[in-house]
Amino acid sequence: MGEYRPLTEGLRAYRLIAGMWVRSTLTYRASFAMTAFGGLVVTGLDFVTIVLMFSRVDVLGGYSLPEVAFLYGLSATSFGLADLAIGSADRLGRRVRDGTLDILLVRPAPVLAQVAADRFALRRIGRVAQGSLVLGYALIASDIAWTPVKALMVPGMLVCGGAIFSAVFVAGAAFQFVAQDASEVQHAFTYGGQTLLQYPPTVFGKELVRGVTFMFPLAFVNWVPAAYVLGRPYPLGGLPRWAAFAPPLVAVGCCAAAALAWRAGLRSYRSTGS
Amino acid sequence: MDAFIEVDRVEKVFEVRRRTGFMKRVKRQVRAVDSLSFTVARGEMVGYIGPNGAGKSTTVKMLTGILMPSAGRLRVAGIDPSRDRTRLAHRIGVVFGQRTTLWWDLPLIDSYRLAHRMYRIPDARYRENLERCVELLELGALLDVPVRQLSLGQRMRGDIAAALLHDPEVLYLDEPTIGLDVVSKAKVRGFLKELNAGSGTTVLLTTHDLQDIEQLCSRVMVIDHGRLMYDGALAGLHEAGEGERTLVVDLERELPPIEAPSCRVVRVAGPRQWLAFPAGRSAAPLVAHIAAEYPLVDLSVREPDIEAVIAKMYAEKAVS
Repeated sequence: MGEYRPLTEGLRAYRLIAGMWVRSTLTYRASFAMTAFGGLVVTGLDFVTIVLMFSRVDVLGGYSLPEVAFLYGLSATSFGLADLAIGSADRLGRRVRDGTLDILLVRPAPVLAQVAADRFALRRIGRVAQGSLVLGYALIASDIAWTPVKALMVPGMLVCGGAIFSAVFVAGAAFQFVAQDASEVQHAFTYGGQTLLQYPPTVFGKELVRGVTFMFPLAFVNWVPAAYVLGRPYPLGGLPRWAAFAPPLVAVGCCAAAALAWRAGLRSYRSTGS
Repeated sequence: MDAFIEVDRVEKVFEVRRRTGFMKRVKRQVRAVDSLSFTVARGEMVGYIGPNGAGKSTTVKMLTGILMPSAGRLRVAGIDPSRDRTRLAHRIGVVFGQRTTLWWDLPLIDSYRLAHRMYRIPDARYRENLERCVELLELGALLDVPVRQLSLGQRMRGDIAAALLHDPEVLYLDEPTIGLDVVSKAKVRGFLKELNAGSGTTVLLTTHDLQDIEQLCSRVMVIDHGRLMYDGALAGLHEAGEGERTLVVDLERELPPIEAPSCRVVRVAGPRQWLAFPAGRSAAPLVAHIAAEYPLVDLSVREPDIEAVIAKMYAEKAVS
């Protein structure tokens, strides 16, 4: 059988289970079509509200519409990617409560992969699509002084942002081992964080920006690196110049912390049980 | 014979927090499994019984690696379950009577295809096992039916098949016949018997149904309050618990209470009489005696209620 490799095994299990859920969803085609369409309308309207705001004002916190669209596109797309990949992890609490987590635990695959693929919902691709459209508009409409580094940073931000949001999802799921009804708290950080990042940091209070930079480092999804790309000052005065290139480090740090939290959570489940 | 499942002084303590007021909590320790020791040899079929909350499920969860024991040593096929959960998963099959592992909205066969790939079952082996399960559990007509449309009995059979496709060496069944009708129960039992005899699969089943044990298991373990109360043959259990079987006799007419050796009449209602006799004994001599001495029309034997036997056993233990 060879040596056991959690990462490849996990990805394989993820693919298998996600595939099963896609097929399950497609057995109710009409329902799938309607929720997918509804989702697209709702996410579409989300950006429309910002556009409407700009019909009254020319700048928001010093940012023009294309610049806000840049922030919005980065935030929505990276969040969408994370939500698509492991957003279902917030259902863990329910599985703990009704005891069906046990079924996942007797399968020969990493539990995290199974939990992440649980109820995999293809319709979440809508969020990624909408975010990418807004990002595309921003790239065309804004007058960024492009350099090769800046061009590379855009896909880099999406990947790192996705990883940071994923880490938040996993940490939230880990917390649900302890508090099974904490999914709303988790939403405050995931959905809430995503909405926060869609607006320029300059519209928020300094304390909030500081918290989101140092304590709960969502600012590295877009605020800090995007400020560099747009040629604007960093949201916090004291940040060093290289902070714009920190997202990969931050992402790795977040993922490591989330992995530790997950292990601790799973361990506590195995010692508490039901 | 080698010990396939080893449980050595295993304990499981849960910490239960109870709210006693705003922000105030009292921690209390609940000992779900208390210094439990037993071994099961390869190929054995063991019934694991006890009242609700006795620690049955906790034991099974520890044996499958879902829960980690608080103390003691646990080995299944030489593997420490909670440490090597995924490696162990390839060698065990689990059926949770109350929760299905099948995919609700998809045809039954899809769940099996997933198992095929997830457990990396060689193609030939998979086809062979599936064929055998389909034949013995009569699943042929159900393979293309979405699981949500199956009856409880059909789903249970489907679940059992799903747990066996990867050739597990041991099969844990948690209440496999709960809620099933007589025909479905018989099918499930027949299959398990065949499985144990044919493939030599070790089977550990928890149940409330005494007939499951009677028809399947050569050995019973009784657990109560996390402790092993009894471990041995079923007949011995009745003796240990001083259980009594009841012989219900219908006579031609009303008669005074029957007199026969080693039994007592517990109730008389018209021509029908109820006789209690020790459960460890055969009913045959008693029946022969009554048939010879009395005008017998009909009779039936009632087994003692397992819960009652255990309750009695526990009460005695507490006194002594």
